[in-house]
Amino acid sequence: MSELLAVLREWRAAIERWLPPWWSRALAVLLIGFGLLLPQLFSNASNFVNTEILSLTYVMFALGLNIVVGFAGLLDLGYVAFFALGSYAFGWLGSGFFYKASVHILVHGPTNSLPGIHLNFVLILICAGLLTAFAGAIIGVPTLRLRGDYIAIVTLAFGEIVRVIALNGPQIKVFGMPLTGGELGISGTDPPYLPGIGMFSQLDIRPWYYVIFALVLLTLFVNIRVRDSRLGRAWIALREDEVAAVSMGIPLVKTKLLAYALGAAFGGIAGAFLGAYTTLIDAGEFQFGFSIFVLSMVILGGLGSIWGVVLGALLLANINYYLIPDVLNSLPGDFGLNFNLNELQVSIFGFLLVLVMVLRPQGLIPERRRKLELTEGIGELELEEPGTAWSAVEPGEAAP
Amino acid sequence: MSAQAPPAAEAISNGAILSAEQVSKDFGGLRAVSDVSIDIPLASIVSIIGPNGAGKTTFFNMLTGLYKPTSGRIVFAERDITQSRPDKITKLGVARTFQNIRLFGAMTALENVVVGRHCRMRAGVFGAITRAPWVRAEERAAEERAAETLSYVGLKRRQFGQLASNLSYGDQRRVEIARALASDPKLLLLDEPTAGMNPQESTALTEFMRKMRNDLELTILLIEHDMKVVMGVSERVTVLDHGEKIAEGPPAEVRGNPRVIEAYLGKQG
Repeated sequence: MSELLAVLREWRAAIERWLPPWWSRALAVLLIGFGLLLPQLFSNASNFVNTEILSLTYVMFALGLNIVVGFAGLLDLGYVAFFALGSYAFGWLGSGFFYKASVHILVHGPTNSLPGIHLNFVLILICAGLLTAFAGAIIGVPTLRLRGDYIAIVTLAFGEIVRVIALNGPQIKVFGMPLTGGELGISGTDPPYLPGIGMFSQLDIRPWYYVIFALVLLTLFVNIRVRDSRLGRAWIALREDEVAAVSMGIPLVKTKLLAYALGAAFGGIAGAFLGAYTTLIDAGEFQFGFSIFVLSMVILGGLGSIWGVVLGALLLANINYYLIPDVLNSLPGDFGLNFNLNELQVSIFGFLLVLVMVLRPQGLIPERRRKLELTEGIGELELEEPGTAWSAVEPGEAAP
Repeated sequence: MSAQAPPAAEAISNGAILSAEQVSKDFGGLRAVSDVSIDIPLASIVSIIGPNGAGKTTFFNMLTGLYKPTSGRIVFAERDITQSRPDKITKLGVARTFQNIRLFGAMTALENVVVGRHCRMRAGVFGAITRAPWVRAEERAAEERAAETLSYVGLKRRQFGQLASNLSYGDQRRVEIARALASDPKLLLLDEPTAGMNPQESTALTEFMRKMRNDLELTILLIEHDMKVVMGVSERVTVLDHGEKIAEGPPAEVRGNPRVIEAYLGKQG
């Protein structure tokens, strides 16, 4: 096994030498082109495109969680809370749920005469992002003094609190109206309308695909830019050594809360999109399992590695929504076994994760830093001449 | 340099860049630092010595804001920093190194030093996302500055891109000092900088401390165990024992102080 891996590693090195330096950009363009073309190869309501819409939504979730867990090193087990809040933001601002209100902002034709709050789809996404960013900062506050496992417990509790509030929402009255639809859900949501595309529907799901594709590209752009910035460096510094980081002038509270807020905002926007796409905001969906599912994507792909997380999310979502239920489901039956594969779904995930942790603990595409740590080995121990330490500084040399 | 070898303990309360006034720190029932007062004259090199557990590092942690003093007052550059946050204190111009090197292991040497520039940079979330021309310029300037600082402490160019955790012990010490210098400090706190060094390396570092002080108009406060370094470099020495200041003055004077000898060697007969 290890020999096989060594051979593969050599091959990769050989391929990397052979490729021109701009290959990564070329690959990115190629992938974007492929992504744009993909839905055209299938019918306009195909099950595969549906799967890819869900997968891309999960890519966005995973990229958001990666900011918190991967960049800043804060283990967040309550990410489902932001999925829920984002979804509810859509439910509240884009349906007749708050039936006593009558607010219409930049909405299309007939929607203008419906009761309730109806905002333009883009506005709702922005509101969802802002609302969840704020919620993310709030959940961040009690975890500021905590480390590692304790952060995980507090965030897990936060996720559960949001879920329980969502379930019991019908009993919580806001201006005489229920807060959530509970298990019955909020239904009758507005189909998004965008100029140039028109009204979105379930009959032609390609527009949904392009919207989430654009959102993922935007998320990627922001993630890459932020990772390679002063803020990204500060997150990594905090992750590596909190005491040293604050002693170097990094404001602890602000930097951590920004990680929570930014990570939550992407979760909220993705949640709002998913709410719109599924047209039902059902409190039963906001399970702890969701947080684990997204976290698995991040870990499978490689903590802190943007491309790894994209790959991890695409893989797990496709296995979950396409491969197991649609392609391989009848496989046990073909072998004369009396069960369907999707009954084993959770065990399959567990097995895959264990496999990855054993064979490739750093994730499928590890973060550059972790890769360096693993491949660079122990630094060259150079033997210095006695007395030469510090002597590279000649007297009279200009000060920086 | 102006403030070399100040004459006596009483004479220097003016012109002090840092003054601690009767600072104490309790951990539960334990008094780690007790009523310690100290004045650090501008552009001087001052040592704090004392046996293990004397409260030296605790005192450092209060100066840098990691601990809040139980009582007392700390004034830096005529500003009360007793209750200030560590990052604010760094921004005012206090930088430090740690007893057991605390570099960011997953970052390269250069990145470590760029982090030291953090408090002199401005780009936030929107700066990062838009990457406006001024943000690019700021990043480039920070990297150039970090490279200069690394050369200044004697790191070789080919080591700049190596992970900090892969550098040799001596080089990690250099990077840590470079990281502290990158924040443009007025006061540099060195916590046992020569720990683990051989005598030649210690001597070289002693020279380097003087050089930093002269080049950068820096005030240096160090915790040190190596008496050769302490006696060679410091203009003043403060001795702590069991959290209390037991002696203070020029090195030669402190060396002969019976209480100091007692603290280190125990009481005679």
